[in-house]
Amino acid sequence: MKVLVPVKRVVDAYVKVRVKSDGSGVETNNIKMSMNPFDEIAVEQAVRLKEAGTATEVVAVTIGPQQSQEQLRTALAMGVDRAMHVETEEGVEPLAVAKILSAVCDQESPDLVLLGKQAIDDDSNQTGQMLAALRGWAQGTSISKLEAGDGVVTVTREVDGGLESLELPLPAIATVDLRLNEPRYPKLPNIMKAKKKPIEQSTAADLGVDVTPRLKQVKVEEPPARAGGVKVSSVDELVDKLRNEAKVIQ
Amino acid sequence: MSAILVYAEHDHTELKSGTLSAIACAREIGGDIDILITGNGCGDAARHAASIEGVRKVLLAEGEHLENHVAENVAPIIERLAGDYGYVLAAATTGGKNIMPRVAAKLDVQQVSDISSVVSEDTFVRPIYAGNAMATVQSTDATKLITVRATSFEAVEPGGGSAEVESIDAGSDAGLARFVGADLSESEGPELTTARIVVSGGRGVGSAENFHLIESLAGKMGAAVGASRAAVDAGYVPNDYQVGQTGKVVAPDLYIAVGISGAIQHMAGMKESRVIVAINKDPEAPIFEAADYGLVADLFEALPELDKALDG
Repeated sequence: MKVLVPVKRVVDAYVKVRVKSDGSGVETNNIKMSMNPFDEIAVEQAVRLKEAGTATEVVAVTIGPQQSQEQLRTALAMGVDRAMHVETEEGVEPLAVAKILSAVCDQESPDLVLLGKQAIDDDSNQTGQMLAALRGWAQGTSISKLEAGDGVVTVTREVDGGLESLELPLPAIATVDLRLNEPRYPKLPNIMKAKKKPIEQSTAADLGVDVTPRLKQVKVEEPPARAGGVKVSSVDELVDKLRNEAKVIQ
Repeated sequence: MSAILVYAEHDHTELKSGTLSAIACAREIGGDIDILITGNGCGDAARHAASIEGVRKVLLAEGEHLENHVAENVAPIIERLAGDYGYVLAAATTGGKNIMPRVAAKLDVQQVSDISSVVSEDTFVRPIYAGNAMATVQSTDATKLITVRATSFEAVEPGGGSAEVESIDAGSDAGLARFVGADLSESEGPELTTARIVVSGGRGVGSAENFHLIESLAGKMGAAVGASRAAVDAGYVPNDYQVGQTGKVVAPDLYIAVGISGAIQHMAGMKESRVIVAINKDPEAPIFEAADYGLVADLFEALPELDKALDG
């Protein structure tokens, strides 16, 4: 089984984002950038499939500016076999990303595409489903478990009411949720080796994909701040405030 | 004015609350509202939808292949209907998130996910970066595909309407994903995303056994039980209890956070609550910055006391 893992460069999950004063977006200059944490889980799962002898080859692909290659180095250090970079400007929308990935699928013919359920920058939660639609493949979204079978994978999805299991005929797309696994920290020798590995490069134009945005970003603002609250000194005072001031309990 | 199609989620009998919020959003956009119900044996849900004031028509697609709302079978139905509408809306639940992008890609539309308000007919606000920034975006696509953040729109009350229910072609099984089974939580209390009061526990609760303190308080208050990601990761409760960026977004009248430090990703799921109470023994915990009422206390003393105080 050949596995393709798309990864995205995003502001690190532990950075407190700041909205630019001109409302054009959030500050990304001199900010720590990392692989989208959900994609990291997808890379980990793909590498585990390789280690278990289920996957024959794992290929990571990223779409974005030149610096996105740092995230490919991370994927290589974690154990993927090959890395591809499709160079674009920042801010390519999910639909265009899905089209680029579909063109990559034409070239690579993966049996399984594993990717994060959403990127923690725009929180769209669209790319995997869109790619599945463009390919006409089965999809399993927000998965917390994956078992490979003969020509199929069985996935457990995290849904609003609990869990749901689906059997997906290959080729298929699975988007991963947090509880699927805990990604490894790459070892130093692997990080050093990853630096020397080749990265296959192309552009959206090479793949024949128009990445013109469909959404116009009008502005980005800080969310409305909550008014500061008060500390209460006892449970009785709390109950009194809830009953008589906030009037949220009887 | 363009017509709006709302893809409905239901339990065979009634529409789910997220869908009622999506219909509220549709009313804000303005235009004729049709509702699509897919499933197997869900005529009651269709009649429920038809009873909502302002609904023009209910489209009902039924078949065994639609029983479990497998995206590959539902998406083609929406895709086929979309040409008649200026907008297709669904709630940004796990169901809506699963199906809508599949439709959007087939229609070559860039979906707008998880909108929290309507600015104009083509411009919407949506949270990004776990709600740490709000983006206003304008869609240039002819048909707008939108998922709606349920907590940002007050659910419509069914009643006052008498729309016609029209059975439509249900299509056929795509033969792709096969539903194997579901393991749904049986909770006794109200549903997390629609409860008026939510009591959530975090890592401070310490163990799965201790979570009964949270459940007991919730039971007494008629509240739903939630949890932080840390509590879920630690295995105290199942993942569907999770409130936060990667879990559920809730906005009850009263949110009580117990033993929760207040990580950004948790706040993203509850900061729209009307009143927030934090109980934590660490006075420096960031949760206190979001709380209307903060109590610095050991939860193992405070919760039994609170239990008692509510009796009085």
